[in-house]
Amino acid sequence: MPRLRKSVFLLLLLLPLPVFFLSLTIGSYQIPFDELLAILFQGIAPFLNSDSSQTQIYRDVIFMIRLPRILLALFGGIALSVSGASLQSVFKNPLVDSYILGLSAGAGLGAALAIAFLPNIIGLTQLFAFLFSFMAFMLTYFVARDRGQASTVSLVLAGVIVTALFSAALSMIKFFTVPEKLSSVVYWLMGSMAVSGWKEVLYSVPLILLSFLIITLMRWRLNVLSMGDEEAKSLGINVERDRLVVLLTTTLMVSSFVSVAGIIGWVGLVIPHLVRMLVRTPDNRIVIPISASLGGVFLLLADDVARSLTSYELPVGVITTIIGAPFFLYLLKKRGGGSWRQ
Amino acid sequence: METIVSVKDLSFSYGGSFKLSSITLNVEAGTVLALLGPNGCGKTTLLKCINALLKPEKGKVLIDGKNAHELKRWEIARLVGYVPQAHVPPFPYSTLDLVLMGRTAHLEFFQQPSNLDQQIAEQALRMVGLSHLGHRPYDQLSGGERQLALIARAIAQEPKLLLLDEPTAHLDFKNQFLVLDMVRRISRENGIGVIMSLHDPNQAIMFSDAVALMKNGSIFAVGPPHSVVTREKIETIYEISVRIVKHTDGSFIIPSMESFS
Ligand SMILES: Nc1ncnc2c1ncn2[C@@H]1O[C@H](COP(=O)(O)OP(=O)(O)O)[C@@H](O)[C@H]1O
Ligand SMILES: [Mg+2]
Repeated sequence: MPRLRKSVFLLLLLLPLPVFFLSLTIGSYQIPFDELLAILFQGIAPFLNSDSSQTQIYRDVIFMIRLPRILLALFGGIALSVSGASLQSVFKNPLVDSYILGLSAGAGLGAALAIAFLPNIIGLTQLFAFLFSFMAFMLTYFVARDRGQASTVSLVLAGVIVTALFSAALSMIKFFTVPEKLSSVVYWLMGSMAVSGWKEVLYSVPLILLSFLIITLMRWRLNVLSMGDEEAKSLGINVERDRLVVLLTTTLMVSSFVSVAGIIGWVGLVIPHLVRMLVRTPDNRIVIPISASLGGVFLLLADDVARSLTSYELPVGVITTIIGAPFFLYLLKKRGGGSWRQ
Repeated sequence: METIVSVKDLSFSYGGSFKLSSITLNVEAGTVLALLGPNGCGKTTLLKCINALLKPEKGKVLIDGKNAHELKRWEIARLVGYVPQAHVPPFPYSTLDLVLMGRTAHLEFFQQPSNLDQQIAEQALRMVGLSHLGHRPYDQLSGGERQLALIARAIAQEPKLLLLDEPTAHLDFKNQFLVLDMVRRISRENGIGVIMSLHDPNQAIMFSDAVALMKNGSIFAVGPPHSVVTREKIETIYEISVRIVKHTDGSFIIPSMESFS
């Protein structure tokens, strides 16, 4: 089997760029293409000067509404799919992700608590999302673990239980929230980027970038960790320390995104799988960067559909689930019942 | 000759009734030590203690003069290559990527393997004769090829000591000899000390420079093959009667059929 060609690798890696520009043109407010070009590239190409009376409105729509939302979707997709690929490696198990392991529900509860009851201090929501996310994950892991091993079936079951528990707590919060804050909690809960602006980008994208950088630098280590504890140790890895670094980093990227966009499932499961099939190797040196680019593209396109399919907003989580859940079923069926046992 | 590993008065227990007690062993550079003994006598446990995967209650393991249980994982992995029993990993890495994993201990925390590491891995694959299978997914190799690939990975670590746990298990008649011959050649040519567990006393006679017989977690006898693999000693540790058959290539051991009737 030949190795992945460099050109194909580059093509996949750069795919987010055209999708990014495409997404800028999409929206309920029609902006002529030449106006869009003019507004985006005026600085470097003065001949594109646009002097239409509506230029200021176009500018606002692009820079204040579309751009932050697009950036959030792009980096959200990166966070969800890269965390999925990382968790799959440390659990030696291609059928887990942040949603299945309860990390997302945990982050959701933490963020909701902060939004509903705490003063609006910068970073407090993110901190709570992170702490609760890690707590939920630890709970899943300890419930699932039996003599140092956690099988797929017990991980998935424990994840379902922990998610149910945290979701119930989340519903309680809705019930006790004061009316003035209720709408922001509910809005956020829908798992949507509809209300996002530059504030949301600022609170999440730097943290996602930082954790993505760390995982990217550890991508070879992820390969070795996926071989199992004893083997990784024999190969020179401090397994307990490295695994903790990966888990904390993935928790950070997932919870940062969940804290601004709510719970969006399935991306972390579908994208790394698709990537491994596409590049025909599980090597994380390729899987991590390509998962990032395709994950970003996927969530961005899903969000484009969410905001343009109907006259009102669909929650993007609905779209990722409609695509992701059948894909998961297909994988389970294809891999056979055996994949549940290991 | 230079001593690569010396195990001194080592004792270990999992907490149950089994106990490794007072194990003392030495292996020199460029020589092969075979561990022989019935199932459950503690061969795997001893190999894991030497590789510092298990922590002994008493005694110590010196590798190249350093106490193995005081070294960091990456320091141990630069000294010791461990070849586990062939298995199927959850992700089907290519054979070359699997071998490249042997370079991990030579990398910094945030570093990816370099071109040089890639070349060392390719060289190791060539050494075991698998160059042509580098791009084949590891899980599509035969049992013998998998064992060879794992040996190549251990060689890529550039260790001074190689530990092999039942390298011939699940291999066919020819592949058993192919693998053992490979191990002996690598040991001689690179001055690497080897400890391997085996099930067949005749393979120990043919491919090792020293043999340690184990029983119930202790060393029963240790020394050159001809003085250790004798009728009395083999009968004692395996509890069957055997015969010695003389051949121009040496003496071999076969079970006497009467003991089964
Ligand atoms: N992880 C473990 N926990 C408890 N007991 C173990 C463990 N691994 C092996 N043992 C016991 O230790 C003894 C020696 O096992 P082992 O070293 O695997 O023997 P061998 O490799 O010679 O067949 C056996 O009685 C086995 O049941
Ligand atoms: Mg064993």
